[in-house]
Amino acid sequence: MSKVIIQNVGKVFERAASSIPALENVNLSIEDNEFITLVGASGCGKSTLLRILAGLEYRTSGTVLCDGQNISTPGADRAMVFQHYSLYPWLSVIDIIKFSRQLKVNRENLSSSDVEAASGRAEALLNLIGLNKVRDAYPNQLSGGMQQRVAIARALMGRPSILLMDEPFGALDSQTREVMHDLILHIHRIEKTTIVFVTHDVEEAVYLGQRVVLMQPRPGRIHSIFPVPLPALRTQDMKHGEAFRTLRSEILARIRESTGITTDLDMLEQLNLQSAES
Amino acid sequence: MSDTSKASTRPGIWRIAGQLSRTQYWLFAALGLFIPFALWALYAASGWVDAIFMPGPWSVASRLITWLVEDDLTADTLISIYRVATGFALSAALALPLGLLIGAFRPVEALLEPLTDFIRYMPAVAFIPLVMLWLGIGESAKISIIFIGTFFQMVLMVAENVRLVPMAQIEAALTMGATRYEMIRLVLAQSARPAILDTLRITMGWAWTYLVVAELVAANSGLGYAILKAQRYLKTDTIFAGIILIGLIGLVMDQGFRWLHRRLYPWAQARG
Repeated sequence: MSKVIIQNVGKVFERAASSIPALENVNLSIEDNEFITLVGASGCGKSTLLRILAGLEYRTSGTVLCDGQNISTPGADRAMVFQHYSLYPWLSVIDIIKFSRQLKVNRENLSSSDVEAASGRAEALLNLIGLNKVRDAYPNQLSGGMQQRVAIARALMGRPSILLMDEPFGALDSQTREVMHDLILHIHRIEKTTIVFVTHDVEEAVYLGQRVVLMQPRPGRIHSIFPVPLPALRTQDMKHGEAFRTLRSEILARIRESTGITTDLDMLEQLNLQSAES
Repeated sequence: MSDTSKASTRPGIWRIAGQLSRTQYWLFAALGLFIPFALWALYAASGWVDAIFMPGPWSVASRLITWLVEDDLTADTLISIYRVATGFALSAALALPLGLLIGAFRPVEALLEPLTDFIRYMPAVAFIPLVMLWLGIGESAKISIIFIGTFFQMVLMVAENVRLVPMAQIEAALTMGATRYEMIRLVLAQSARPAILDTLRITMGWAWTYLVVAELVAANSGLGYAILKAQRYLKTDTIFAGIILIGLIGLVMDQGFRWLHRRLYPWAQARG
């Protein structure tokens, strides 16, 4: 059975004046150990779908199963990496990584050997993200890229069933982003985690994903799903290859089509139409 | 003015939102304290106004010394500090947990915040007659005035401090399986600590204001009472000395809180 099963999921945001459909009839199955990317124009509901998976947002219709369990609230089995501001500035890097384990220790009165095993895991993750040197530093002493590495390690600490990533590299400069891409692919191979990754950057979606899920707005729904015809072990030079470029152009074209906007002129025209209507 | 040997392009200190070096900062601070002091000394020495109404800095300083040596300045100061500390501690002991709950839970916010807002706008001074009727003029009356003056403000400010904890910090803990209790203890309370200490620093200032109000009306000891008594005997130098002393104690406490803030929360200092 698939790792995650999303069936007929819908979400309506209730506002004072009106109700806005954010997601409609979303169906998607995610396999174990898969790296799947969600991409689409703003307002297509990709973040909403991810947050429903995390249990941070509730759905208004449909079912979501993770490991056969119905999802309704957040849980440690579905860890999440946010775009920014999610680290705890009062904790050192190593204590942030251990945070989820600290919760467990307090709750279950674990034995000292369990705690030691957890420490080993935290140190291993620190190695994996390459931040041993700043082990005892605080978040405000780290660069944006380093902060996101810590956020990833913290999310992996509890060995989650799936790792949800909400535009985690969106606030980073492009050089740092490329480094982070290879890092997260490496982590995916080592940790064998199932990853659902939301981005608005098509190049990022194609480079990282084994499948790219393209979503379209008004109301948010899945437009199409593209298997990525690249070898499992990705390298930066593949971005210049034919297969990569073709798929990227294809997805970009579909995004333009789905929003009805291809140039800035189209956008201006749409705005004029809207103001004429009102 | 321009020194051609150094090609520094450091912008001038008068630029909007510009920079001051540490030395420059203290230079201006000293100037800001010195100028009113000098004006006061000049005015008092000029003889335009009777020394009974406007004593000079020197007579105030000498009064402060005789007050300390011959009268009971230490006792007056200590009893005042005791009242502020007790009223303030009582206020904080209740306001911190209540503010945390208001900031954490919407129903508690809806239940208590409008009520607190309502009471907050009733002037604490107007409660003095009632407090005197209920509690007399004992220590509890003074402490109650300080409590009424600070508690309601403090609750609302602490609640706001808690509400300003970034959503991503809360959601990250949720996706790590934190329970509600863990969320309050390990995320909300921790994250809001620096802001709450600032709230305490600000409300401490108000506590001093209400102390003097309480001592002016219902006391027979303390700095506020000493000021009132001095008025009866036209001892303006004592009034001046008392006011300046209260200001100094406030300044020291404020700096103490700031020092504590830098010391306890170095992680909250750096910007950008």
